[in-house]
Amino acid sequence: MADVHLPSTLGPLFPGLPRQLDVQAATVRDVIDHLEREWPGMRDRLCEPGPILRRHIHVYVNRERAKIDTPVAEQCRVDVIAAISGG
Amino acid sequence: MPRTLLLIGTRKGAFFLESDDRKTWELRGPFCEGWPVYHVIHDPTSGIVYAAAASEWHGQAVWRSADLGENWTHSSEGIEYDAETGRKISKVSTLAVSDGRLLVGVEAPGIFESRDEGDTWSLLSTLAGQPGSDKWDDPANQPPGHLGISALMFDRGDADRFWAIVQGVGVFETTDYAQSWSPRNRGLRADWPREHEEVGFCVHKLVRSPVDGDRMYQQNHVGMHRSDDAGRTWTEITEGLPTEFGFAAATHPQDRDTFYVIPLDPGHGRTMPEGHVAVWRTRNAGSSWQRLDSGLPQRDAYVGVLREAMAVDSEDAPGLYFGTSTGQVFASTDEGDTWTQIADYIPPISSVEVAAID
Repeated sequence: MADVHLPSTLGPLFPGLPRQLDVQAATVRDVIDHLEREWPGMRDRLCEPGPILRRHIHVYVNRERAKIDTPVAEQCRVDVIAAISGG
Repeated sequence: MPRTLLLIGTRKGAFFLESDDRKTWELRGPFCEGWPVYHVIHDPTSGIVYAAAASEWHGQAVWRSADLGENWTHSSEGIEYDAETGRKISKVSTLAVSDGRLLVGVEAPGIFESRDEGDTWSLLSTLAGQPGSDKWDDPANQPPGHLGISALMFDRGDADRFWAIVQGVGVFETTDYAQSWSPRNRGLRADWPREHEEVGFCVHKLVRSPVDGDRMYQQNHVGMHRSDDAGRTWTEITEGLPTEFGFAAATHPQDRDTFYVIPLDPGHGRTMPEGHVAVWRTRNAGSSWQRLDSGLPQRDAYVGVLREAMAVDSEDAPGLYFGTSTGQVFASTDEGDTWTQIADYIPPISSVEVAAID
């Protein structure tokens, strides 16, 4: 199971969403698919059509910057970050 | 008198101002989690409030509240272009609702519709084939930084008929619910070269008299214009105004010849001329103009007002409202003769709409 950490900005948009959860996933795409199944609409908040990750949504797998097809191994830590932007 | 509800979109969320007498106002908000909100509307049929918003982090969505702001949900399901077309969406800009049809205009130019009160959306039109569409369909010209649908306006009696503004291109009308379109820009001025005879105009705001459907006004990048044939032809009525530039405009609810506009400096500042806040009114369809500034800041006030940021209610003594780029809201209940500041210190205002709540 991947150890997935989510940004605080998502919580108000999806009632009941935890900041951390364990997800069975082989890629970042699988993580997002899981989130979409549990909280419909989540994919649109994280991805643009393609899907590709939104410009200011950064994902790290074991502290390495990841893309949507980056593999997620068992026991990985996955951090989803709303990157600093705007004012 | 019904309760008056002002729906305010700002750079940091939506706000409501509510009053039972249009004298004492209560501010509520911020709503929509502080996302930039471009337009907030109230559907008088369902009582639902919709807000068009776009977050830098989480993309665009239409927010919905069925209980006047107590609870909100959001959805963008279906608001996307096929990735293979190369078209992108940077924001949802403008909303309109009529007869159970909820429309949202987006950037790059396109109109999406919802028939289930904003739960799901589908693409209604990109105005494909209209003159100028080759530019907005070009994958190299996608937002951010390019143009979109900035306004949608339904006909009051016919939900198949509405008008759309494509930024920098012009006004288009459909009478068959977006199956076909006609440019409605004849007689407009443009001070730049244009590739097409019927488009290439920078229309900022389009309004229509509630008592005469043939009477329209528009604030253009270069002048005020009036139409007496529902937009088929336009006549310039700028003379007498301090500048030809501005965004906001409003029609009088009972008098087809009375109309309000807020001229701005046309440079990149786009604030009130000479730091003097004023609304301008015509009572004769643009033959002459009167500056209305009683109660408004008259010096050192470099504020702007955007295209959706002025509204008028439908009371017998109509109330006028506008919101500024510096976070104030001003109101008048005597047709613009005198003004009162009813809110301050809210974020820069994108839109103001007014609703009567029973």
